[in-house]
Amino acid sequence: MANTTTVTRGRGPSPSPGRRRKNAGRARASGLPVWSIPYVLLIPGLLVIGGLLLYPMYQLIVMSFQKVGLAQVRGSRPAEWVGLDNFQRIFDNEIFWSALRNSVLFALFAVSLTLMLGTAVGVLLHRLGRKMSLFVVIACMFAWAVPPVAQGVIWRSLFDAEAGMVNWALNLLPDWLAAPPAGQESWTGTPWLNDTLPLYIALIVCVVWAGFPFIAVSVLAGLKGIPAELYEAAKVDGSGPWHTFRKITLPMLKPVFAVLTMLSIIWDFKVFSQLYVLMNGPTNRDGFNLSMYAVAEAFRPPQKLGTGAAISVVLTIILLVITVFYVRQIVKQEEM
Amino acid sequence: MTPLARKRLGKVLLNAAGLLVFLFAIFPVYWMVSTGFKENDQIFTTEFIPFPTHFTFEHFERVLTEGVANNSIWLYLRNSAIVALGTVFIGSAFALLSATAIARFRFKGRGPFLVVLLIVQMLPAEGLLIPLYMMVKRVGLGDQLLGLIVTQVALTLPFGVWMLRTFVAAVPKSLEEAAWIDGAGRMATFWKVLFPLVAPGLVATSIFSFITAWNDLVFALYLMSGSEGYTMPVALQFFFGQEGVDWGAIMAGSTLMTIPVVVFFLLVQRRMVQGLTAGAVKG
Repeated sequence: MANTTTVTRGRGPSPSPGRRRKNAGRARASGLPVWSIPYVLLIPGLLVIGGLLLYPMYQLIVMSFQKVGLAQVRGSRPAEWVGLDNFQRIFDNEIFWSALRNSVLFALFAVSLTLMLGTAVGVLLHRLGRKMSLFVVIACMFAWAVPPVAQGVIWRSLFDAEAGMVNWALNLLPDWLAAPPAGQESWTGTPWLNDTLPLYIALIVCVVWAGFPFIAVSVLAGLKGIPAELYEAAKVDGSGPWHTFRKITLPMLKPVFAVLTMLSIIWDFKVFSQLYVLMNGPTNRDGFNLSMYAVAEAFRPPQKLGTGAAISVVLTIILLVITVFYVRQIVKQEEM
Repeated sequence: MTPLARKRLGKVLLNAAGLLVFLFAIFPVYWMVSTGFKENDQIFTTEFIPFPTHFTFEHFERVLTEGVANNSIWLYLRNSAIVALGTVFIGSAFALLSATAIARFRFKGRGPFLVVLLIVQMLPAEGLLIPLYMMVKRVGLGDQLLGLIVTQVALTLPFGVWMLRTFVAAVPKSLEEAAWIDGAGRMATFWKVLFPLVAPGLVATSIFSFITAWNDLVFALYLMSGSEGYTMPVALQFFFGQEGVDWGAIMAGSTLMTIPVVVFFLLVQRRMVQGLTAGAVKG
């Protein structure tokens, strides 16, 4: 498979307008004028993006100002315009604020832990021998490839109160490191998935486990791109390993980190499948994050799609702010 | 300590760390597969039993023959396959056309289109779910796999185009020009020159779409209302029954669902990294 460098090399000079015009008279087989060809090719893509992504976004905003219930889904009654009522209702509801808090704190911890672990593993892979490195990378690929629902299933079993291996492992640790919860002889029987805080600890472990391989592999690719002369020069100047890491590796990887951070925030902020499995469906209202809250409002009877839409609008706005930074970064570093 | 001894120690520590990462990454996956092969008394225990000493196919057999929620597991697997493959066929065709337009032509509106492409990639699926649910119901595709396919095409297309465009751009333009000079028409040039060279990229993009559609939980959960139309990710939820969790069966089911993803994933992961981080990673 071609890699990015050959892609850029193979691209060659961008077609000059002069050369294009020479072809203009020779549009054989298709009777289309040359200027229209890209637009014709784009029609299906534009229809999908416009009709199934941008229009629904517009619809989402409209619905957030309407009362939409079962009657409207069936189409028996038109939606009723209620102005800012939906937003008023969610901002007055403490579940919204706890869901927002859960989303923000979860993203904060999950993203920073994923980035730290991923970077450490990336650096480690770079320094390991060829065979060992491949060995570890393949294990990471497995963790990365497991579908989100199966990730949730696996960690739900590992965090099981009775037969879970997490409690088993905690029992092995000395008491000064991990004392059993107050009033208990051992960790066995400690439920993890009922209360919000332990539930989110389990969720963080699950998401970090599935997420660090992507960071590690990206960091590894970035490290391979740093010219070896830089490190040799640093060695000649007597720079220690930590100093070299801070003064050469980190600055050289800065663009990679920028993109990885933003992608991780965008993904983790709206985590759904893993949370759904770990908390056994939208059951525990205190444990909702914004996506779960939106879905629960919209689809659990009595269906309140307007309220769900209002929550989704808030979620989307937050994510769009981060997306703006992501797009700017990509546009900066890529000749499109 | 002599420098040589220090170097040796460093090497040992590095490899030990590597081994730890290996174990952390692989253990949960191994646990899923091995639990599927354990007998119940080895599953429901507070002991740590690393290997199924009484190896059994009982759970896999039960899952494959009895199914869950009054339906055979084959029905859910079939639904998942239909949705994933439908998404791949429609999505890849559309993505190839758009990617060709972006990579081969400089036209008015190209820059804005690319920016829109990047932005819509990041729209939260959970946000789009509510309006898409209304639209799908209105046009009568509620409870139909086609409705699910349509939404998955929408969710995978932006990234597919983004990924595929580098493959199209990598095909040297001179090849197409040579075909032109030899008198090949536009269509012939596309099918005979561009298409075979872009095929590996098309495979990579297809696998990405396949995995996304195969893994989707939230759309399958709410767009479908009877268990006839549910896909594997939804079916797995039914194993968490009222009277305790049948871990052997659910691990067997999860393993069945994971196998195709892992196989496909190992084929394309390099491409995914490059598509997502774009120019930031040069490998």
